[in-house]
Amino acid sequence: MKLKSNIAISENGFMFDPYTGDSYNLNNTGVEIIKHLKAGKTNEEILAELKQKYDVDDLSLEQNLYDFIAMLSHYDLLENA
Amino acid sequence: MEKEQLNIAVTGLNNTDNPGPGIPVIRGLRESDKIDPRIIGLAYENLEPGIYMKGLVDKTYQIPYPKIGSDIFLERIKYINDKEKLDVIIPNLDAELYTFIKAEKELSGLGIHTFLPTLEQFEERSKSNLYEFGQKYGIKVPFSKSVTSFLDIKNLVHEFDFPVLVKGKFYDAYLAYNLEQVIGYYNKLSSKWGLPVIVQEFIRGTEVNVVALGDGEGETIAAVPMRKQYITDKGKAWGGITIQDENLLKITRDLIRKTKWRGAMELEIIKTSGGQYYLIEINPRIPAWVYLAVAAGQNIPEALVLLALGRKLKPFNSYEVGKMFIRYSYDMIGDISQFEQLSMNGEL
Repeated sequence: MKLKSNIAISENGFMFDPYTGDSYNLNNTGVEIIKHLKAGKTNEEILAELKQKYDVDDLSLEQNLYDFIAMLSHYDLLENA
Repeated sequence: MEKEQLNIAVTGLNNTDNPGPGIPVIRGLRESDKIDPRIIGLAYENLEPGIYMKGLVDKTYQIPYPKIGSDIFLERIKYINDKEKLDVIIPNLDAELYTFIKAEKELSGLGIHTFLPTLEQFEERSKSNLYEFGQKYGIKVPFSKSVTSFLDIKNLVHEFDFPVLVKGKFYDAYLAYNLEQVIGYYNKLSSKWGLPVIVQEFIRGTEVNVVALGDGEGETIAAVPMRKQYITDKGKAWGGITIQDENLLKITRDLIRKTKWRGAMELEIIKTSGGQYYLIEINPRIPAWVYLAVAAGQNIPEALVLLALGRKLKPFNSYEVGKMFIRYSYDMIGDISQFEQLSMNGEL
C-alpha cells in the first residue's frame, strides 16, 4: 500500500488531496502511519514500528491499523486502491 | 511593458447569490499587466450590484433585454459605442449570447470585437442537443430528452429510471423522484425559461467544473478545474478549490480540439466513484467563478480580450492547485441620486 504521490501532509496533521480538493485532519498516530506509508513501508513493517513504540496489544494494533488503511482506501488516497 | 488602453464593455453585473460573471471578469481585466481597461458596464436592471461597486466599472449603461428585439438591442449598443468607442464586448449571460453571436459581423463593422463560439458550436452543445453532442465527440453524457408537452412526460417512464434531473432551457435544475414531480418542475421551468425542458438521467458522483478558453483553431489556451466546496440552494458555488485532475484536462483539450471551440466555456462534469466522467452541461461563456482561475495563474478574461483583438497567444501551461475562493455578501451604501440617474438617463 502506498499513498498517492501528490497527497500533501503538513506537520500538524493537515492532509490535502489535490485530485479531489478534499482535506483531512489527522491525529499524531495518523500522521505517523502516513509518514511510514509515504516511505514505502509494508503493513508488517509499520505494525512492528508501532508495536515497539506504543504499549498496545497485537490484536488492537492490527485492527486499528487495518481500519485506518481501509479508510484511506475508501477515500481513494492509496496508489493501488 | 506599457499597458494597452482598451474600452471594454462587460455584461452580467448581477453580483447576487446567483452571481453573474461580470464582476470577476472585470477584476481579472483590472489585474492584467497587458491591458489598461476602461470598463463600460452594461446592465439590464437598475439594482445590479456591480453598477455601484467602487473601482470596478467606469461607466454604466442600461441596455434592453435581447428578447425585446435585436434591432432595438443593437441600436442601444451603437449609441453606447458612439460615446465610448468600444474595442471589445464580453457578454456573460446565457440568454444574451445568441443575440451577440448573430450580431458579430455587425458589431465588427462598428469596430467592436467579440470572441464567441460560432452559432453551430453554440447550438450543438445546448442542453437539448447535449446527448447527441456527446455521441458525436466521444464524450459520456447522461441520457437526456427534450420535453415540450405533457404527452412527452408520460412517455418518460419507458426510457428513464427515477430519479431524473429536470432542467430549464438556460438555468435551474431539479431532481424529480416521480412523474408528478416531473410535471410540477416542467410547469415551473417552462413558464420561467420557455421550452424545451430537458429531462436527464441522474448520475451519482462528485461535480467538478472546468473553465477553459479555446482559440477557435483547436488549441486550448487556458483550462483550470475546480471542485465546488460550498453550494447555495440555487446550486451555485459559494466556495471552491482548484484541483489537479489530468483526466479532466484531457477531456477539455480533446473537446476543444475536436470542436475547434472559440471562446470561453465552462464544463460541468460528474465524476463517479468508479472514476467515470460524465459531461452534464457546457456553458458557452465565462463562469462566475473565473476569478479563481485568475488567482491560480490563468487570467482568462485578459486572454479572451487579446484573442478578440486577433492576437496569437501561447497556451497557459500551469496553474496553482489548492487555490480556494470563498464568496461573501456585503452591504454597500448607495444614494437615491445614483439610482435616479440610471433610471432617468439610462446611464451612470
